[in-house]
Amino acid sequence: MSPRAAWRLESLGFSRVYHYVAGVADWAAAGMPVEGNLSSVTTAGAAAEKETAMCRPDDPVGEAAAQAASAGEDSCLVVNDHDIVLGRLYYKDLELDSGVKVEDVMDPGPSTFRPNVPVLEIAEFMRQNDLETAPITTSEGKYVGMLRLPDAVQAARRDVAGRGSGD
Amino acid sequence: MPEKIDRIQLQELMEAGAQVVDVLPGEEYEDQHIPGAISIPLKQLSPETARQLSKQRPVVLYCYDYQ
Repeated sequence: MSPRAAWRLESLGFSRVYHYVAGVADWAAAGMPVEGNLSSVTTAGAAAEKETAMCRPDDPVGEAAAQAASAGEDSCLVVNDHDIVLGRLYYKDLELDSGVKVEDVMDPGPSTFRPNVPVLEIAEFMRQNDLETAPITTSEGKYVGMLRLPDAVQAARRDVAGRGSGD
Repeated sequence: MPEKIDRIQLQELMEAGAQVVDVLPGEEYEDQHIPGAISIPLKQLSPETARQLSKQRPVVLYCYDYQ
């Protein structure tokens, strides 16, 4: 639609016309603020916690596991220097003294969710799929936060209760 | 020829004072739009509705995604 609109506007005498091809879906998926009726719905990005156990691909598995364990986590999110999520390390069944690097044993390309998705939708998905946590990333894969199931459910209940009282 | 831009270029143009236009149907604009964007649905884009835009400033149009 926007390419057609851009050409139409040029035909109406406008000379400096651009079109943002990826649209508002891209804007919202990048965690950018939006206006409108849906802006009052709690999103995954807003309900997620910033803090989570993280490690680098070339970290020794033992070090990464120790860091995650001290944070009370059963896994470590693997990110690069640009905070792009590359994988997830579940260390429970791994040989921690082997000198192996994280990137050799991590789960590459873990399922992630966009920050603009309503938390109610993600909470339901997490319950149906027995997920305790869900990494939230932008459309470029950049880490935004970690959504935990209790927080997702609590935020979703608040949204539903708020909708009910407002009707 | 209209120029395609990405999100970073859009932010730069917005900082420089560009006019941002949402060409989706009005209901979709009401649901969610980029802050500061005005609504001119594609079906309503005409010489009359375009008059609210300045020809002296850049105009950026967008819809939902790669439609």
